[in-house]
Amino acid sequence: MKKSKIMMLVGSALLLLLFVFPLWNITLEAPQYPQPIGMNIFITKIVDANPNDIQNINLMNHYVGMKPIPTEMTEFKIFPKVIIGMVILGLLIGFKAHYQWYLVWFILMLILGIAGMYDFYLWEYTYGHDLNAKAAIKFLNPDGSPLDYQPPLFGTELILNFKAHSYPRTGAYLFFLGMALTLIAFFIGHKESKK
Amino acid sequence: MKSIVRNAFLAMVALSFFTACNKSGKKDGQANGALASNAAERVYVAPGKYDEFYAFVSGGFSGQLSVYGLPSGRLFRVIPVFSQDPEKGYGYSEETKAMMMTSHGFVPWGDAHHPDISQTNGELDGRWVFINENNTPRIARISLKTFETSEILEIPNSAGNHTSAYVTENTEYVVAGTRFSVPIPQRDMPIKDYKGNFKGAISFIKVDQESGQMDLSFQIMMPGFDYDKAHPGRGKSHGWFFFTTYNSEEANSLLEVNASQNDKDFIAAVNWKKAEEYLKAGKFTTMPVNYAHNNFNENTHTATTTWGKTVRVLNPAECPGLVYFLPTPKSPHGCDVDPTGEYIVGSGKLAASITVHSYTKMMAAIENKKFDGDAYGIPILKYEAVLAGTVVQPGLGPLHTEFDANGNAYTSFFISSEVVKWKLGTWEVLDRQPVFYSIGHLMIPGGNSRKPFGKYLVAMNKITKDRFLPTGPEVSQSAQLFDISGDKMQLLLDFPTIGEPHYAAGIPAEKIMANSQKIYKLEENKHTNAIKGESEGKVVRKGNEVHVYMTMIRSHFAPDNIEGVQVGDKVFFHITNLEQDYDVPHGFAVLGNNNSELLIMPGRTTTLVWEPKEVGVWPFYCTDFCSALHQEMQGYIRISPKNSNVPISYTLDGDKLGK
Repeated sequence: MKKSKIMMLVGSALLLLLFVFPLWNITLEAPQYPQPIGMNIFITKIVDANPNDIQNINLMNHYVGMKPIPTEMTEFKIFPKVIIGMVILGLLIGFKAHYQWYLVWFILMLILGIAGMYDFYLWEYTYGHDLNAKAAIKFLNPDGSPLDYQPPLFGTELILNFKAHSYPRTGAYLFFLGMALTLIAFFIGHKESKK
Repeated sequence: MKSIVRNAFLAMVALSFFTACNKSGKKDGQANGALASNAAERVYVAPGKYDEFYAFVSGGFSGQLSVYGLPSGRLFRVIPVFSQDPEKGYGYSEETKAMMMTSHGFVPWGDAHHPDISQTNGELDGRWVFINENNTPRIARISLKTFETSEILEIPNSAGNHTSAYVTENTEYVVAGTRFSVPIPQRDMPIKDYKGNFKGAISFIKVDQESGQMDLSFQIMMPGFDYDKAHPGRGKSHGWFFFTTYNSEEANSLLEVNASQNDKDFIAAVNWKKAEEYLKAGKFTTMPVNYAHNNFNENTHTATTTWGKTVRVLNPAECPGLVYFLPTPKSPHGCDVDPTGEYIVGSGKLAASITVHSYTKMMAAIENKKFDGDAYGIPILKYEAVLAGTVVQPGLGPLHTEFDANGNAYTSFFISSEVVKWKLGTWEVLDRQPVFYSIGHLMIPGGNSRKPFGKYLVAMNKITKDRFLPTGPEVSQSAQLFDISGDKMQLLLDFPTIGEPHYAAGIPAEKIMANSQKIYKLEENKHTNAIKGESEGKVVRKGNEVHVYMTMIRSHFAPDNIEGVQVGDKVFFHITNLEQDYDVPHGFAVLGNNNSELLIMPGRTTTLVWEPKEVGVWPFYCTDFCSALHQEMQGYIRISPKNSNVPISYTLDGDKLGK
């Protein structure tokens, strides 16, 4: 089997590991939490980084009127289907198709990936801005607008007494690796076709 | 010029004088137990840092067990054991009332004496602490996972459980000998007929290695002496247990004189492996008794009492080889076995010397029948035949000896108020330091085990007088911390204690801290009245009993408005703390309750009874500052007149729960 083919197959199959490993992690640090509390975001669910973390995050957040972290989301239904579809497509292309299709798969996955990140951003925005009007604690920005509690999409940010960290996890790294492999597969395929 | 030379000479003389003074000053300082120069540094545990050792210090007449850190002397927690504790609701809540149950009914107080940490292969293992209650004879087991009292076992046929709660080297047994001999079974008889008629029971309580559950296995019915202290054999002497006795005179009045007449009392050497053989051979009698066995279930968060009705009794006169007496001068108190198991140190509390027996010599004397008569059929071994040596005139009134890992022994002297360090085998005194004042027991972490951690020694003093800021006629007792890592003991720290620090047990922190539980898992909560979510909250009337099923979570109760309760009702608040975060307990108190408050740990369910006597609307609130909205964590319960037609209702924010 050609090297490019193997890489395409492995690369697209790596996406399956998104069902095993978390994609993203948000961790909150505060003086009262010497052991930070956090959540791991999978394509199918959001779970505690340590037991009961989400309950404890929700408890903190309800004071400022934030909604609980969802256990059900449309994304949890769509993302797995998209990933499965892309894996099947990637494997089909790997087995049957011309190497040029590798690039097509890569670009499609890239678009879907960016769309996914944008969706994540939108959720974070709503999560941080859609506050209960009866919240016990209401903070204002210097300009008088209500303070929002949107966690960063990527990086570290101070939100009141909490330092929020938002970074990719194993699933995302494997996803990037898989995508990179398919792109490299395209270039190697290109080289192989010239021989 | 001449005067300059002379002045310089004088200055030099003066300088050398000061230097000499300084030197001798330092020496005096050490001899007087003055502070080590950098003492503050050596006991300073920086903010956020941990102590090196846990010390479990008996609360004495407080009935509780205190937990300190060493070397800082900081008090972390007081674990309620034998006395009710309204702060935590211990002994007041419906779940914990059973912990105070005895054959004499509900006993709200106890006199806690000797904590001992469980052992495996003669080394501290940090599973449980056992502690005895002297007044209404009991033994408690405290879990070192939850730092709560898990179990309390009443000891029948005992009348002052002082010789307790020491464990064997694999925690096979915990022992309980009686300080006061009494008629057994109890009966109406003249006190003056004590001699020969009163008996002293020594109990062996089997410990289940998995659960820690105690089970009264058997008793040895001993002569009517007073049994004082005990320690297990270890290593080569494993299988034996040694008990000091006093009042071998069998006096029943003015004991301070009449129990101090015999030149020697005894250390009773009990061969418990032999006892097991006799039990197996059926050489016991079964005696009817009645004793309470209280167990706190970790899953139901509820204590229950079961009743023991019989006990197997061995009569030492009919069981040769079971018990021997080792003559020991002057009403011995401490009975301490060194880490090798060879030496049994008897501290004659009215003596000026310390008597040390040899296990090897004891076995040889038994073999060769070197007896000096018997007492009630128990052979008395010849004093000279078992004596290993005597520490001659180390001080006055030796009480208790602990050991380091280097063959040194440390004995407390009550009368001369000092700690004396001496060498095992040579019996030579190496050092002495005064304590302030009148030391009872002392403690070296692991000092009663095969593996002592001989870095610190804690002296527990009965009298403090001028040591701390005065607080009226009643002042605290104290502990004093010595560094014993060098040749000479160095005083580092004084710290006050709760109650009377009779005795203590210490253990390296790393053996316990990782196991310390953070929360009670809600999913493991099997309390019959637990509710696992707010929507399950309800109020149910059963005749004149009203059961309130309530949850607490930051920062509200659910329900928090309750109506339909009447004067004369008995209100049961069954409250579940839904928190699953470390260190977020909530409290509960209701106005005018003739009971206590509750302090409920995350995941736990506890029940408090309130009997409202007045019509009105009465508040209840959280007593433990839990959150930014703690002050808002409150609710109301409406009390209507008897036979009122106000219906039962329970709401949160205007909504009925569960809808």
